[in-house]
Amino acid sequence: MNCEELLQRTSFIELSARERARALLDAGSMRELIGPFERMVSPWLARQGVVTQADDGVVVAKGRIDREPAVVLAIEGAYQGGSMGEVGGAKIAGALELAAEDNRRGIPTRAVIVFETGGVRLQEANLGLAAIAEIHAAIVDLRRYQAVVGITAGTVGCFGGMSIAAGLCSHMIVTQEARLGLNGPAVIEQEAGIAEYDSRDRPFIWSFTGGEQRYRSKLADAYVDDDAHAIRETIRAALRAGAPARHRSDRHEDFLACLAAVDPTQQARPDAVRALYKEGL
Amino acid sequence: MEKISLEFPAAAPARGRAAVGVVGSGDLEVLLEPNTAGSTTVSITTSVNGMARVWEAVLARVLGASPLPATKIEINDFGATPGVVRMRVEQAFEELNATGGK
Repeated sequence: MNCEELLQRTSFIELSARERARALLDAGSMRELIGPFERMVSPWLARQGVVTQADDGVVVAKGRIDREPAVVLAIEGAYQGGSMGEVGGAKIAGALELAAEDNRRGIPTRAVIVFETGGVRLQEANLGLAAIAEIHAAIVDLRRYQAVVGITAGTVGCFGGMSIAAGLCSHMIVTQEARLGLNGPAVIEQEAGIAEYDSRDRPFIWSFTGGEQRYRSKLADAYVDDDAHAIRETIRAALRAGAPARHRSDRHEDFLACLAAVDPTQQARPDAVRALYKEGL
Repeated sequence: MEKISLEFPAAAPARGRAAVGVVGSGDLEVLLEPNTAGSTTVSITTSVNGMARVWEAVLARVLGASPLPATKIEINDFGATPGVVRMRVEQAFEELNATGGK
């Protein structure tokens, strides 16, 4: 992206979850479900002295994409790190389940998930984990009928149980600013030590879990600029292409074979990771 | 965490509603809904304790300057500075005007 393009484009990253949902749906088609005025807030955070947000950080937006019925589920990364609690998790899982139900009744509803999340909300513990498991099951159900498209644009990225949800998507889209990984950098540093993994070394972190690395390692299907128009077009193309014959998660044996080939005596390097997956997948 | 309730004089009831902002670091969420004519009520939940007088002063500047539509305002704050508070509240009223509160 040159200077002129940078000035002309609309950044997707800078949009709020609600604005992102609106940007992805056909103009004028968005209708929000369980919006902020329903005040379905987390019942657990206030008891722990944490201020709640009226939509629990999840936007459920019905509308159309390419004139076909669609639902966009956008997580607000700025609220509690986009963490998944009982309410926000249930909003996503419920919407995906209803989309699958639509398809069984002949309505071709598609789903797009905008991941901006550190994973489970620690204050809600098992309820958040249970909600994430329901999201996993609902994605697997829905993708039998329609492609389920995920995107993580940054700057939070997508971690924890929700990175598994990203792995279950039919198509996963990333930007350079995004990160995708099971464990977040701070957690790895805490467990493995700062000599192994320095969570404040940003170039190092992005070289392993950044969007470009994940795309080149075949853990994401598309790599796009932070441009709302380009992202919208990439999502439309992914939805048009439909679900792949074999989902990434159906190829777990191929991935495991790649991991079996890792030599743990050698310090892992980003280019070695790329080469490993390139050969094995 | 602290809850603060305030009331200000207002004009006719607002038409429609608006939601802006996010409960993120240094930011706040503002929800506007119509209230009965003549009065605007504000209920604030903030992560920062002991700032009730500052809230009253900031909101008096925005809501007391000229008669605004009567609204029920809910504010969920995560440590926003007075400047950010003022901009978010004004943004919410602007949105109300721009969309008719749709």
